Amino acid sequence: MIFRLLASAAMISALSSAALANDGVIDVVAPFEIKSPDPTTSGNVFIKMDVAETLLNADAEGHLTPGLATEWQVSGDGLEWRFHLRDGVLFHDGSPFTAEAAANALNIARAKPGLLETAPIAGISAEGGEVVVRLTEPFAPLPAFFSEYRSLIYAPSAYAADGSVTQVIGTGAYRVTKLEAPLRLEAEAFADYWGAAPAIGRASYQAVGRAETRALLAESGDADYVFNLDPASTTRLSSVDSVDILTVSVPRTLLLKVNAGHPALSDPRARQALSMAIDREGLAEAILRFPAGGTQLFPPSLGEWHAEGVAPLAYDPEKARALLAELGWQPGPDGILVRNGERFSLTLTTFPDRPELPLSAAVLQQMFADIGVEMTIDSTNSSEIPVRHADGTLDLALLNRNFALVPDPVGTLLTDYAPGGDWGAMNWDNPAFTALIRALARGEGGQAERDRAVAILQDDLPVIPIAWYQQSAAVSKGITGAVIDPYERTIGLKDIRWAE
Amino acid sequence: MIRAVGYRLAQAVMVALLVGVLTFLMMQALPGDMAFRIAAGRYGYDSVNAAAAEAVRQELGLDRPAIEAFGRWFMDLLRLDFGTSVISGAPVIEEIRHQLGASLQLAGAALALSLLIGPPVGVMAGLRAGGWLDRGLLVVSTALRSVPQFLMGLILIVLFSIQLGWLPAAGYGRPAHFILPALTLALGLAAASARITRDAMAGVAGTPFYAFGRWKGLGEGQLFRRHGLRNIGVALVTFLGLQFAMLVEGVVVIEAIFGWPGIGHALVHAIFGRDVPMVQGTALLLGLGFVALNAAVDLAAHWIDPRGTEKAGAKA
Repeated sequence: MIFRLLASAAMISALSSAALANDGVIDVVAPFEIKSPDPTTSGNVFIKMDVAETLLNADAEGHLTPGLATEWQVSGDGLEWRFHLRDGVLFHDGSPFTAEAAANALNIARAKPGLLETAPIAGISAEGGEVVVRLTEPFAPLPAFFSEYRSLIYAPSAYAADGSVTQVIGTGAYRVTKLEAPLRLEAEAFADYWGAAPAIGRASYQAVGRAETRALLAESGDADYVFNLDPASTTRLSSVDSVDILTVSVPRTLLLKVNAGHPALSDPRARQALSMAIDREGLAEAILRFPAGGTQLFPPSLGEWHAEGVAPLAYDPEKARALLAELGWQPGPDGILVRNGERFSLTLTTFPDRPELPLSAAVLQQMFADIGVEMTIDSTNSSEIPVRHADGTLDLALLNRNFALVPDPVGTLLTDYAPGGDWGAMNWDNPAFTALIRALARGEGGQAERDRAVAILQDDLPVIPIAWYQQSAAVSKGITGAVIDPYERTIGLKDIRWAE
Repeated sequence: MIRAVGYRLAQAVMVALLVGVLTFLMMQALPGDMAFRIAAGRYGYDSVNAAAAEAVRQELGLDRPAIEAFGRWFMDLLRLDFGTSVISGAPVIEEIRHQLGASLQLAGAALALSLLIGPPVGVMAGLRAGGWLDRGLLVVSTALRSVPQFLMGLILIVLFSIQLGWLPAAGYGRPAHFILPALTLALGLAAASARITRDAMAGVAGTPFYAFGRWKGLGEGQLFRRHGLRNIGVALVTFLGLQFAMLVEGVVVIEAIFGWPGIGHALVHAIFGRDVPMVQGTALLLGLGFVALNAAVDLAAHWIDPRGTEKAGAKA
C-alpha cells in the first residue's frame, strides 16, 4: 500500500521534472553558505561563480596573472605600486570599470577585518587611470593580496553609504540573477563581459552542508560540479561511471598549535618529543584517507616554500620518551609522566566545523598517552582558540591553516609567526625568524632565506605540523573544462562547456 | 467566542514578552565571548582573530551594557522593526521571510501529503478493526515511526534519485525539490495520523449510533460522511495542529540533508553566531505562530463539534 502510494507520488512528480541534468544550467554544489553579498564574508563563493573579479589572478602554480589589472609595477624604493587597468570593462549595472571604482572597492575592503587590513598600506587612490597603492614600508606580497576573494572589485553602486554591501555588482562573466542567502545563487552569462562569453548560459550555486548529500547530488547527476568530498564518498564516487573525481594537494596544513610559554612545553625538546609521538602517515591514512603526513609545515604544492633540505619530522616514540626523560620527566604509577610532583597533563582545544579535527584529536590523545602525556580534548567553538591565545590559557590547539589564502604565504607567516598570532605561534619569539620573514616581505632575500626560515620552524616547532590536505571535487562527465585549483579561487566555471 | 479570542490575544502579548526576555537572557548567559562568536559567524572559522573580534565589538557597541541593546530591540519591536542581523547585515524580517517561508512551505507540503496517506488508511483500518489491513497498518506504521528521519531521507534519495533518477536528490528552487523532503516527513506523520484516525474510527464504528445508522439503511459512504467524519475530526485536527508545530521547528535534520533553507537551520546558525536580533525575531514569530495555530485548531474543533462551546472556550 505504502509502496504503491510512494510510486504514484513519484510518478506524478517525474512528469514535472523531466530533464534534470542537462537543463541548460551548470549546477555547482559546495559546502560554503552565502552569508551576505559582502566579499569579506562570502567572496569565496562569488569568485568561484565568476560573478566578480579581482585585479590579479593566480595560476595553479601560484604565479600571478593579469585580471582586471593588466600590468603592475613597483617603484624603486618599494613604497609605491601602480596597477594599470584593463580597458572596456563594464560592471553588471552597465557602469564602466574605472580606477576610481577599483580604489573605492579596495579601500572599503581594507577597512574591514581581513588580510588586506594587515598590509602596511598608507593609501589607495586612483591616478591617471591607474590604481596607486602607497605603503609605509616595502611589501612584496601586495599584488598577491589583490588576488584574494576579499579584494573583489564591486561597482560603487553595490555599497551603501556606510560601506556595507547591498548587492553583488561585479564584472564577472556571469551576472547574479537571484541571491537567496544562505543557500542559493542563480546567475546568467553577462552579455557585455570583456572576455570570451561563457559557453553555458546559466549557472546555479547551491550550498549543501552535509558531505553525504553532496556526494548523492553528484551521483544522481543533479549537480555538475561538487566541491569538497568526504573521504568515504570519494572512494564510492570513483566507481560511478558518470562522474570524474578531481583531487589536488592544497596548501592547507593540519597542525598542533603549542603554547611555548607553558612550563612543560617551553623547551623545544618537549615539543620535538610530542612531534615524535605522532604517527603522521597512520593518522593521515586513517582519518583523512590519503597518505599525506605533514613532515614539515608547507606541502610540496607550495613550491618554493617547501624546503627539500630539512630533515622530515619522523615518528619515533622511543626517542620521544628519551627526550622527555632528559627533561626530568619520570613515569608515575599510572604511566603518566611526572616532574617535581607535576603531571604532564595538557588540554587540547579544537572545534568540530571540520569533522576530521575532533577525530584527529582523539587519535593524538592515544599517541600522546603512549609516551606518557595525558591530554584532555575540549572541542568547542573555533573562536575559543584566539580567545585562549589572548588570555594565555591555551595549552594545545588542533587546527588547520590555509597558507595560501593569497598565493604568497609570506603574509600569513607575518601574522602567524613573526613572532606570534592567533592561528600560529604562541609565546614564541625567534628574532632570527622574524627578521627573515620581515626581509622577505620587503622583497629582500630568496630561496636560501626561505629555506632558513623553514628550518627554524622545523627545529623550534612553534607549531607541530601533522598532515597536508587534499581538496577533491566530483565533476559530471557531461561537462568539460572544469578545474580544481590548489588556491581554491576558481573552478573554471566560465570555461566549462557541455561535453560532445 | 469573544472571550476565546480575547484570551488568545492576551496570550499572544504574554508570549511576545516572555520570548523576548527569555531569549535575550539565554543569549547573554551562553558561554564564550560574543564578539569572537559573531566574528567567527561572519568571517568563517579560520578567519576569526582578535583584531576581527575587536572590530566587531566596536561596530556593534558590545562593550556597552546589554540592557541597552535589549531596550533598543524592544522599542524597535513596538514599531514592528525586528532590527538587522549582526552576521549578514540584512534586515531580520527579510531573512525570516525567506527561511521561515521555506519551512512553512515544506511543512505544509508534508502535512498535505500525510493527509492523503494517513487518514484514509486509518479510516479503512478502523472500520474493520482487527482485519488484515488493521494488523498490517500496525506493523507498517510502527516500522515507519521507528526509522529515524535522516535514514528515511537517505533511503528515499537513493531510491528515487540515484536508482530511478526521477527526482532531484536535494536542493531548492523548483517544485520537484519539494517531493522527497516532504515525503520523508509525510511518511512519519502519516504513520501516526493513520493510527490516531484508526483508533478514533474504530471507537466511532463500535458505537450504537453507528450501528443504528447502518441498520436504518445508510450506505457505508453516507454513514461515514454523516456520522463518522465529524466524530473523528476533532481528534485528527488537534493532532495535526500539534504536528504542524513540530514540523516547522523540528525539521533541522531534514533541512540539512536536503539542502533546504529552513528556519531550524537558520536558528541553529544564529545561536552559534550569537546573532541576537535574529534569534529574538525568529523565536518571537515562532511563538506567535504557535499561538495563532492553537487558536485556529480551537476554532476548527469548535466548528466540527459545537457541543460545549462556552465551556471549552473558557478553558482553552
